[in-house]
Amino acid sequence: MKKEAKLILSGLEPLIITSESNFVNVGERTNVTGSKIFLRCIQEQRWEDAIAIAREQVENGAQIIDVNMDEAMLDGVENMRKFLNLMAAEPDIAKIPVMVDSSKWEIIEAGLQCLQGKGVVNSISLKEGESDFIQKAKLIQQYGAAVIIMAFDEQGQADSLERRIEICQRAYRILTEKVGFPKNDIIFDPNIFPIGTGMEEHRNNAVHFFQATKWIKENLPGALVSGGVSNVSFSFRGNNTVREAIHSVFLYHAIQHGMDMGIVNPSQLVVYDNIEPNLLVHVEDLVLNRREDATERLLALAEEIKPTQQKATEVIDRSTIPLEDRLIDALIKGVGTHIPTDIQEAITVYSHPLEIIEGPLMKGMNIIGEYFGSGKMFLPQVVKSARVMKQAVAILEPLLLQNTTTGEKVVKKKILLATVKGDVHDIGKNIVGVVLACNGYEVVDMGVMVPNEKIVEKAQEIQADVIGLSGLITPSLEIMSDMAKLLQEKGMTTPLLIGGATTSRVHTAVKIDPHYDHCVLYVRDAGTAAQAVSQLFQTDQTPVITEIKKEYEKVRAQYTQHQNQNPLLNLPDARAKKPNYAAQINIPKELGRHTLDFDLATLSTYIDWTPFFQTWQLAGPYPAILQDEIVGEQAAQLFEDAQKMLANIQQNHLLKAKGVWSLFPVFKQEDDIVLKDNPKLRFHTLRQQIEKRNDPHQYALADFISSEDPASPDYMGTFAVTAGIGLEEMIVPFQKDGDDYQEILAKALADRLAEAAAEYLHEQIRKKHWGYASQESLSTEEMIKEQYQGIRPAPGYPACPDHLEKNTIWQILQPDETIGVHLTESLAMTPTASVCGYYFSHPEAHYFGITKIKEDQLIDFAQRKNISIAEAQRWLGHLMV
Amino acid sequence: MGIYQDIQKRTLIIDGAMGTMIQRHTLTEEDFRKDRFPDHPSPLKGNNDLLCITRPDIITDIHYAYLCAGADIIETNTFNAQRISMDDYGLTDCIEEVNVAAVKCAQAAVERYYNEHGSEQKKYIAGAVGPTSKTASLSPKVEDPSYRAVTFDDLVHAYEEQITAMLQTGVDAILIETIFDTLNAKAAFFAAQQCMSRLGKTAITHQNPDGDIALMASGTITDAAGRTLSGQTASAFAISLSHIPLFSIGLNCALGADQLITYVKELESISNCFISAYPNAGLPNALGQYDQGANEMAEKVKPYLTGKHVQILGGCCGTTPDHIAAIAQLAHQLQSIKA
Repeated sequence: MKKEAKLILSGLEPLIITSESNFVNVGERTNVTGSKIFLRCIQEQRWEDAIAIAREQVENGAQIIDVNMDEAMLDGVENMRKFLNLMAAEPDIAKIPVMVDSSKWEIIEAGLQCLQGKGVVNSISLKEGESDFIQKAKLIQQYGAAVIIMAFDEQGQADSLERRIEICQRAYRILTEKVGFPKNDIIFDPNIFPIGTGMEEHRNNAVHFFQATKWIKENLPGALVSGGVSNVSFSFRGNNTVREAIHSVFLYHAIQHGMDMGIVNPSQLVVYDNIEPNLLVHVEDLVLNRREDATERLLALAEEIKPTQQKATEVIDRSTIPLEDRLIDALIKGVGTHIPTDIQEAITVYSHPLEIIEGPLMKGMNIIGEYFGSGKMFLPQVVKSARVMKQAVAILEPLLLQNTTTGEKVVKKKILLATVKGDVHDIGKNIVGVVLACNGYEVVDMGVMVPNEKIVEKAQEIQADVIGLSGLITPSLEIMSDMAKLLQEKGMTTPLLIGGATTSRVHTAVKIDPHYDHCVLYVRDAGTAAQAVSQLFQTDQTPVITEIKKEYEKVRAQYTQHQNQNPLLNLPDARAKKPNYAAQINIPKELGRHTLDFDLATLSTYIDWTPFFQTWQLAGPYPAILQDEIVGEQAAQLFEDAQKMLANIQQNHLLKAKGVWSLFPVFKQEDDIVLKDNPKLRFHTLRQQIEKRNDPHQYALADFISSEDPASPDYMGTFAVTAGIGLEEMIVPFQKDGDDYQEILAKALADRLAEAAAEYLHEQIRKKHWGYASQESLSTEEMIKEQYQGIRPAPGYPACPDHLEKNTIWQILQPDETIGVHLTESLAMTPTASVCGYYFSHPEAHYFGITKIKEDQLIDFAQRKNISIAEAQRWLGHLMV
Repeated sequence: MGIYQDIQKRTLIIDGAMGTMIQRHTLTEEDFRKDRFPDHPSPLKGNNDLLCITRPDIITDIHYAYLCAGADIIETNTFNAQRISMDDYGLTDCIEEVNVAAVKCAQAAVERYYNEHGSEQKKYIAGAVGPTSKTASLSPKVEDPSYRAVTFDDLVHAYEEQITAMLQTGVDAILIETIFDTLNAKAAFFAAQQCMSRLGKTAITHQNPDGDIALMASGTITDAAGRTLSGQTASAFAISLSHIPLFSIGLNCALGADQLITYVKELESISNCFISAYPNAGLPNALGQYDQGANEMAEKVKPYLTGKHVQILGGCCGTTPDHIAAIAQLAHQLQSIKA
């Protein structure tokens, strides 16, 4: 290490102790020998409580955390391992280094094997002789930790200055000369023994510690000094005032003599300068052994000093905080507990309920909008704040209606939101609604599957200032272009916002913007929505809109240019470049259609959490996201809430998950896959026409079928699963309370469970029902990374972007009857928390993206499917953008 | 004359991606099986390390291509060749065999290079040791954060087997790379030191320049906040390995040269040994492919050299002999300007 440091350690973050550093506090409460509360947590295996004690240590300023499991009735090795592993999962604790504290070597070694960072061993000594000492020190060095050496040897514990010096010097020589231990990783504990015991030989215990410390710092270069401080006041148990004074005085002098670090309970310390002068004199007399009668005098004084009352935990008297601040604070923290009483109080204070909304409540929401915009708050917090806002408004609403005659309402800008016809996805739209409401807009949400005409009518009726459209599946894109045309026809000028998973800036610029003379604006996510809307409401919006229009024109121009640079292959040429895989036919163990009910507890272990966080605009892979420096805290909170809801869902059977699947013989004809038993049913797969740099092949899903001969068919499968049964009922109470947070959480969880059901069922198919991978054994992580043989592409996704094939899947599986999943006119599935798709088992089967097709394939597809070109255009048009 | 003396004189170039090069050959399941694993019950395609046994011609050619491109250090094709990763394929009985074959492929390439281009410029073989498929400080089970899929001891045993085979066959360095969990790396170095002391080999360091083996560590920063997957900052990562007699420490993978340099500088500020970096060819595009071309990448790594932040430089995912040639050429040019 380059830095001039006394000692360098690490947890998730570095701890660099230099000569300028203050005394280093080692947290001591996670020690079964020192804390009865902690011992009880471990005995009763209450791990959450035990972790809470660790967290409190870090919050109170511990820079290293000492962990000790030395109790006769405990399995020290197992408990040490378990607790350190649990701490490692808590980034706010794991950021600091760990001190593995035990008198048993096997516990120390178990602890060292769990530490990612560089920690400290507490402790080893020469008690068992030199060779044992060397062996342990060598191992500690290989594990990469610093070490505390107790002043203890074959003859016993050092109790005089001479013995302390003798043992420390010997240990230092062995470590530096025979072991090659880094000098800066050696920490001596020259024994802190009690004073004031009444025994003559204890009078100099503190003084000898100070002198030994000074000697070590002067004579053993690089080495540090540590110790357990509370020992020194042992004989004054029961009198905290005196004990705290002794600790402070002892530390003050020990640090003067060079003590670097120590195990101290910060709550058992007073500030040296704050010690009552008379007490200070008496304590220093004792600690520094300045008077023969120091012990007697201090004991006499101690009798006079009543032990101070245990400081009552400070209870904040809410009534002392101004009402406005209380309301704003409740909004920012997203805590609604006191809202009913505070709002009642506000009603008596303010002359009109509207003033409460437009005064403190809006002020709070504006602060939240600001914090969110500047990245100081995260989406889950904002949604919780909105919940509190709604709770407050709900109390005020009846009063508002009574009082409509008085007071003039400030007109808020109105934003109309809707998920377009045929589409049922609304998590993202709801989040956008909440964020916009937080930014002071009035949001009217028309829900899902809203026809364009209805949206226009409503916009005219409420005089909407902005219309926002959302859609997740590809047919929605066409409907959004239709909307632009409709607005143009009706001569409207309302700005149109476009958002949702399949939308993009390019699509908006190329397909929607040209149809509407007024503003069309693509919005990537909730964060940009507020910003986008606010720029539309600047006093002079014409230049802003002209600017946006110009920008989209540029995007279009770039796009056209790009199009010409990347010509697509003609369909026959693309087909000529199909891969020729070796035939491999896996005959399924079970054929035909089967239905099943999923066990939610099983499904929850199959959840891929990363997309769950994406829903909330928290970016980063799970589980690392829980430790992320910026969003980690919010992610962890969200994850905790999700776990609670998941447990509730399981316990009370709030959701049901069902699935239906079928495996059947097929053969291929060109790019079609034909069902052997019902040749009228066929899947029309699309072939890549984009040329790739690194790959000579153009793929279609049909490539993964090995047979063209109905007499010796290959096999494939289809499936549909849902985890959304019961969701509508489950969210009723949330909607009634206006609790967007719980509602979005429930929907997002149902989505994850549906994906988990698809993952789980696929595994069962591979291992059991189809049985081609009966030996497979993968972790959830590996499964999420799809490290298995075979794929399950879903219609509407990159390898088969055509939703029409869902109709064929529905003919095979009858999900309407079998599991209660239906298709809308745009072929979205309801309940939304559903997944359907195909199974392919060929070892070469892999996911790919069609991305774009040429007109020739569109025409070919229309012919194969026996539909009009216009109809084909409706479903595949987005691939020709 | 050894690697310690060479690195005093010039920036050492480490080779580029092996996987990217293997992908260029359209290999079939048969290539991975050949006569050695004809009846293995599960598919082997994708287990690239096996190619050292079944298609040594391909692996040797790739090494040779990198040597010709100007790489001073080539990495053996052994990223997953320990029993924890191999167990995923049901292949735990050929660990030694794969590692021995891999080192021989690298040796054959070096020999061919010496024969055709002379041996004035010495080339070095680094035994590449990956992170395994399991992490020792993270729980894969949502419901039980204290669970670990692998223990320190499991890792030490797996790594000992791999590293022993490498050292016995003959490598110049052991490179523990793509470290996303420092506890896994600590186990790897624990094993490496045990093996070395058993075989009577010493580590090459500033204090011991004429040692036998260069121990190299290369971590991976996986997120924009500058942390490893297991949550450590770059400095905490370096501190956690400060007990190892390292020849070099550095970073590779996950990020492109642009993004990586901040963290390379962080390591530089806290480490005493040589600093290495082998970034990816930029960030992957939407299809997971790397678009950064050779010259573009060379341009991006230029500040590493002009700022003298690294002494070992190369490429990770998406880099090819073209990239390495461009980087080597750049290093050479800057060297001659200095001289």
